[in-house]
Amino acid sequence: MLSAKLFNATTIFYMASTLAFIGFLASRNKTVGLIGTGLAWIGFAVQTAAIGLRWKESYDIGLGHAPMSNLYESVVFFAWSIVLIFGIIDIKYRYRIIGAFVMPFALMGMAWAQLYLPTDINPLMPALQSNWLLYHVITCFLGYAAFAVACGVSIMYLIKAKSEEKGNEAAGGLMSQFPPTRVLDDLNYKAIMVGFPLLTLGIITGAAWANYAWGTYWSWDPKETWSLIVWFVYAAFLHARFTKGWVGKRAAWLSIIGFAATIFCYLGVNLLLSGLHSYGNLN
Amino acid sequence: MSTNQRGFVQQVWDFFCSLKLTLFVLITLAITSIIGTVIPQYPNIDERYWATISAGRKLLYERLGFFDMYHSWWFLALLTLFSVNLIACSIKRLPHVFKFVSEPALTISETQQKIFPSKDLKLSGSLDESRDTLAAFLSSHFSSPTITQVGNQYHLFAQKNAWCRLGVYVVHFSILVIMAGTIIGNVWGYKGFVAIVEGETVNTIKARNGKDIALGFEVKCDQFTVSFYDAPGGGGPSQMPKEFKSILTLTENGKEVPGYKHARVVVNEPLSYKGITFYQSSYGQANDPSTFFFTVKNRANGKTDQIALRPGSQTRLSDGRLISIVDLTDNPGEGTAAVLSVTDKGTEPKFFKVFKNNPGLDDLRGDSFIFTFVGTDARMYTGLQVNKDPGVWVVWTGCIMMCLGLCIAFFMSHKRVWIVVQHGYARIYGNASKNQPAFMTEFEALAEELQKQNI
Repeated sequence: MLSAKLFNATTIFYMASTLAFIGFLASRNKTVGLIGTGLAWIGFAVQTAAIGLRWKESYDIGLGHAPMSNLYESVVFFAWSIVLIFGIIDIKYRYRIIGAFVMPFALMGMAWAQLYLPTDINPLMPALQSNWLLYHVITCFLGYAAFAVACGVSIMYLIKAKSEEKGNEAAGGLMSQFPPTRVLDDLNYKAIMVGFPLLTLGIITGAAWANYAWGTYWSWDPKETWSLIVWFVYAAFLHARFTKGWVGKRAAWLSIIGFAATIFCYLGVNLLLSGLHSYGNLN
Repeated sequence: MSTNQRGFVQQVWDFFCSLKLTLFVLITLAITSIIGTVIPQYPNIDERYWATISAGRKLLYERLGFFDMYHSWWFLALLTLFSVNLIACSIKRLPHVFKFVSEPALTISETQQKIFPSKDLKLSGSLDESRDTLAAFLSSHFSSPTITQVGNQYHLFAQKNAWCRLGVYVVHFSILVIMAGTIIGNVWGYKGFVAIVEGETVNTIKARNGKDIALGFEVKCDQFTVSFYDAPGGGGPSQMPKEFKSILTLTENGKEVPGYKHARVVVNEPLSYKGITFYQSSYGQANDPSTFFFTVKNRANGKTDQIALRPGSQTRLSDGRLISIVDLTDNPGEGTAAVLSVTDKGTEPKFFKVFKNNPGLDDLRGDSFIFTFVGTDARMYTGLQVNKDPGVWVVWTGCIMMCLGLCIAFFMSHKRVWIVVQHGYARIYGNASKNQPAFMTEFEALAEELQKQNI
């Protein structure tokens, strides 16, 4: 199918973009950074087309559902969301170097999906046949993507803060490429400010859907519980900013822990625990 | 009350109002919530699980409430502490914020004049004229100002979105609303289950706590069907279910309820009547006596016979062996199958499965007779989850409040502008509660526009 070829092309574009950003980090050549962003956007356009095409192909084979119903499709959509959020932040704030810490997430997602996950378009089991699927998946993954960006920015924050402590701020050093810690802290907060309402909406649409499908909006299923754990961590992050002694490094760590919890909520729960979202399993 | 006592009360109050407590509760909730995702929870504990843990550990977990963690006393205590913290913080801060919004500072203090961004402006007209022109400018370009005279100066104050400072309290309050909704549902609602055989009628259901609950009306199951997706590449249905469908008819006082005749219930499309909702949940074959039909082909001469088997009775095959049906299975991936037993005189009975969707398979068994499972006149039953939750609308109201509150709290900012006017000279100041860079752009545009005016 054509969509599969386009997804492969997407992976290659994201890989090239990641390499360009690493090159930008090392060379401090603005053109290389611009190439990295350009490749990311081309990959994003190709991926958008591929997702649309896969949607159409599912109608062609008589199944007809949004391409967000199994692990492969969700990983692909996750990578797409990460690039989208990164692109928006790049347009708004112009700190291109962030790409070096965000594009690897999109690349890892696409590479894992293309190399290891079954790519078949499956029929939808009765519980998944609902419009809520679309609202739930889109809100959750855009939220997760914003957290991925926040995590990348937090890693940059910790590296930058460490080098500032050591006094390695020699003009022209690798660190001079990084935005100031104040800006990184602000970007971290901004990304979570976008991610948190989306996650909240994702949890709410999930609860509303569960109420339609099973008659219970909350059953402390592992997936539900883990989404709440993620919500608690980011709620703590948002309050940490107003608390003495929690600003800066601790907030950055909370953001990283929050993303780790997000990934566990998304993958760990399906692969390691059992529960309602079992259709996301590998086998 | 002595000073000591007051000091103690104050300390307790400060403790409940503190953000450190908020962080502690949020992080503790996050960490402890993990327990219930790793240890199985009632009522979904597989019997085999008990063999995997020692008696001592089982006792310890039971004492700590780990098998029903989210309803254990300590988890509920944490949630209560969370609510108390939320309420205390609101009581402490809300009056200030409310005053800030309802009685804004109409004049700008000297400290504020030093820290807020500002722009200068030369005036040519008289003081009163300039004041009125500037007020008109603010009204048309920002929002209408309040004018206060301070000595020989006038302070013009205008603001936008002052109420958005309340957004965060809307979020906090929404959490309490959601909690209230769940409590209402738990106290005045119930969750239950009912299985109805096709053609039969029920008027009570069984709640989770084992009690029978009268519905106040009758539910009849007209029909239950399962449909399957077509197998890839054609050739009939696959094993992948496409739809579970119950057709129900509701009657009340012996009369059909209008609009509820042959009503359809499928997964994701429940049926509600009088606050009680029915969800398609499970299904199966009614275990009332029924007849199962098979064809038996003689391998030697190719002759085919029809036989009908009823559970609990034996039938003689043409070679003298006795056959009976002992079980009916419906495993995912293999579909419906009958377990048959064939007994030859003086030997142990032989058991084997005959699959409904795989008619050729019995050939491979190598017996002198080849069986195919034709069908049954058995009736199906539909398993319906039955809920009454009067709190669910409270929960959704809380959810909507939370989303709106988050949007207000994160994406709107309270913008304030002051113009201090004195003879021949004015200065404009600005401040926003959030997103300074965006406000600076707006403020600079406003100041630029103002400088263009001939005042």
